[in-house]
Amino acid sequence: MTAPTTPAEIGGIGHSVQRKEDARLIEGQGNFLDDIELPNMLHMAILRSPFAHARINGIDTAAAAATDGVVAVVTGELMDQHGLAWMPTLSGDTQAVLATDKVRYQGQEVAAVIATDPYIATDALELIEVDYSELPPVTTPQQSLTTDAPLIRDEKEGQQDNLVYTWETGDKAATDAAFAAADRVVSLETHYPRSHPAPLETCGVVADVNSVTGQATIYMTSQAPHAHRTLFAMVAGLPEQNIRIVSPDIGGGFGNKVPIYPGYVVATAASLLLGQPVKWVESRTENLISTGFARDYYMKGELAVTDEGRILGLRVDMLSDQGAFYSDAQPSQFKAGLFHVVTGSYDFGAAHVNCKGAFTNKAPGGVAYRCSFRITEASFLIERLVQNAAYEVGIDPAEMRLRNFIQPEQFPYETPTGFVYDSGDYPTALRKALDEVSYFELRKEQEAARAEGRLIGIGIAHFTEAVGAGPSRTYDIAGLKMIDSAELRVHPTGKAILKLGVKTQGQGHETTFAQIVAEILGIPATDIKVEHGDTDHTPYGLGTYASRSTPVGGAATAVVARKLADKAKKIAAHLLEAADQDIELNAGVFSVAGSPDRSVSIADVALAAYTNLPEGMEYGLEDVTYYDPPNLTYPYGSYIVVVEVDPDTGTWEVQRMVALDDCGVRINPMIVEGQICGGLTEGFAMSSMQWITFDEDGNCIGSNFMDYLVPTAWETPKFELLSTEVPSPHHPIGAKGVGESATVGSPAAFVNAVIDAVAHLGVRNIDMPVLPDRVWAAIDSASNAAI
Amino acid sequence: MDINVTLNGAEHSADVAPRTLLVDYIRRTAGLTGTHIGCDTTSCGACTVLLDGKPVKSCTMLAAQAQGAEVTTVEGLKTAAGLHPIQSAFTDDHGLQCGFCTPGMMLVGAALITENPNPTEEEVRWAISGNLCRCTGYINIVKAIQTAAARSSAASESTSETNGS
Repeated sequence: MTAPTTPAEIGGIGHSVQRKEDARLIEGQGNFLDDIELPNMLHMAILRSPFAHARINGIDTAAAAATDGVVAVVTGELMDQHGLAWMPTLSGDTQAVLATDKVRYQGQEVAAVIATDPYIATDALELIEVDYSELPPVTTPQQSLTTDAPLIRDEKEGQQDNLVYTWETGDKAATDAAFAAADRVVSLETHYPRSHPAPLETCGVVADVNSVTGQATIYMTSQAPHAHRTLFAMVAGLPEQNIRIVSPDIGGGFGNKVPIYPGYVVATAASLLLGQPVKWVESRTENLISTGFARDYYMKGELAVTDEGRILGLRVDMLSDQGAFYSDAQPSQFKAGLFHVVTGSYDFGAAHVNCKGAFTNKAPGGVAYRCSFRITEASFLIERLVQNAAYEVGIDPAEMRLRNFIQPEQFPYETPTGFVYDSGDYPTALRKALDEVSYFELRKEQEAARAEGRLIGIGIAHFTEAVGAGPSRTYDIAGLKMIDSAELRVHPTGKAILKLGVKTQGQGHETTFAQIVAEILGIPATDIKVEHGDTDHTPYGLGTYASRSTPVGGAATAVVARKLADKAKKIAAHLLEAADQDIELNAGVFSVAGSPDRSVSIADVALAAYTNLPEGMEYGLEDVTYYDPPNLTYPYGSYIVVVEVDPDTGTWEVQRMVALDDCGVRINPMIVEGQICGGLTEGFAMSSMQWITFDEDGNCIGSNFMDYLVPTAWETPKFELLSTEVPSPHHPIGAKGVGESATVGSPAAFVNAVIDAVAHLGVRNIDMPVLPDRVWAAIDSASNAAI
Repeated sequence: MDINVTLNGAEHSADVAPRTLLVDYIRRTAGLTGTHIGCDTTSCGACTVLLDGKPVKSCTMLAAQAQGAEVTTVEGLKTAAGLHPIQSAFTDDHGLQCGFCTPGMMLVGAALITENPNPTEEEVRWAISGNLCRCTGYINIVKAIQTAAARSSAASESTSETNGS
């Protein structure tokens, strides 16, 4: 790891500076959405559909409306009178805000009660009578695309079936040629199951619309407050200058807090109509059944390989379960997100991906759960395929990877699906991880254990991510280019305030972004206040998700700090009576080249910026930068998992998990490692227990934390972290995104380890989550086949 | 009904509906919002407070059940002497990210080290297994609780040495 260039008291890049956020959070003084109390505030509760698919014949709200303490009952009919019964989604579809014609999934919003107290609002939901006629539900995307499937989106003009989209990338002819030239084709069919980010804080809103001034202050659990302000203006027709979105402390996001949900719109409309603030906070069940599901891709991958273990081509055919509305949160030109990264870390010439999306009677969402838009699914598929290919060819899975890696000298490397990877040294990374676990010794131990009837498995995943969306020529959400911004103001006493377009949800921006400024200007990180989340007080940006904060917002911060450094050098030259070009800036000290004793500090310069300027210079020391990245950044990692599988029960235990990550320059190693440990845990969760299923009637199984299992400290394995550091050549400080790497890379490592334990029996796949009964059944059927 | 509790060392009384949950009493009646709500099924532990020194989940308990008890919330950890060792250890060991589970985790940790001054990693993991964290992977939370235990033991040893001399 590169040593820091600033002393610890400045705390620039590379220092594990303690987090500024912690002081308020450890004393219970954070300000989360549900902590907000406003005078005359009302409380909203939402009535949801018990059915997956049903026609609404009528809604009787009289008894609810007559309840003491109930101020209003809102239905789709009322919303329709204001043109708000439907709203646009982030993927160009429309979504019902409150159902008017029929309900299309269990948990869909049907009506809302606004009351003086949250208990009263919830009680009154019981008094609303909805007359439903049940319709047959569509519960799988395969069923959805059959000719006799019920039409889910019958209200959508021109929609004759349940197909949402078809999408393809790569070169089909070249891929067919690669397969024709291959010695063998290795295939894998698997389902990346429906999951949910389930941040510990659910989603919520406090809408405060002033009926006299028209000012709408909307406190919202938002990962993208600026984009949400613009979308609110577009959807609700409110003048944008009157909308202020405030995203307070956020209790985890992981993609769940990127979309705009019906509850936000209803609460805002209710506040507008009633002239009082309205609060709505999801229950955990509402969170799990209605907002922000992720994944749910049925994937078939085929790898064309030679007998020497060279990969020649990749073919992928996918079907995604979109739920009832197409509301994926992703760049608008990308139907299946950045799935293009499916060619992984390997050098081969041809790939072709074909994907269809289907409507079903399930909740919409399609959020990028700790993932830069379907990259998790893509990484999983290629890393599972490569392992299976190694088995078929008969070489070691590590050797298979080493034979096919993109080599360090090939960067920048253009993949067959059009990404240009910026930098990397994959062989060094994998070899370092292999050395750490004494890989080849482990293989011998595995053999010996097998002879004793014990099942040890070693799983590798070497992933490459594409993060930091993104260059304006390609990336937009709802037409808004995916740039981001930073505004930096140095005060006369040499302290500073940095204002960001991105928004932390626990990643530590208040600390790490101050460190970027500290590195460049030499102002101690502790003297730099970082402001974010309030659209009236920060510059425009697209928000925090898809590991884009450091690649885009961090770049903007470095650029604006350098702009100030340039001006500061001119002021220093004036103070030191030297030529501008002779001034050197080092850790907050401006000195004259060759005469280090002639110097002034950043604090001297900051004061001079308001008191003593060279002639013709404008007062002040502040600027703003909007950063349009030239490319994405491509972090990568080598993960190795060792498991032992119990052949009698199918349970598996992680014995070791070694994770090597290369995210370029690490701004705060402590925070980077914290992000990686969190991400590894979510990868472990998805591979072992965390999923949402539905029964044949479309009932959601997984609607609370007793059915939707997330790992506790008891199940979570220990992790051993390693690093290499190949900087991004185009990022102003050489950094890449890291918040999602471990969630992207680790599921394949865990699953590969379990498969590896039973591969000698002929097992090649067990779908996630790799539950004990599935493992046992795989062993059992392989054993029976052997007989 | 009238509720009388000792909340973070001070008497607190209010007339609330009998069905009022303890978490709502703490957050809405007493205005102490450091105690969070992450689920409503006693699963996540974000609402954990200490009731007569023992961790309880305040989202599935009535305020009435706390009648006459001593309730400690995150706001009550700090004393005139400064931060509780568990609070400084959480910062030092990077035991929190979003901070939503943190109050519950710290209170469970504080109760554990009162009962068991030198818990093993396994004992810490078992103690916090009723509290969910979605950010950290628990590693640094476990470390922070052990750091706090070690610091508390060292502090009490030095106090007893001083007393003995």
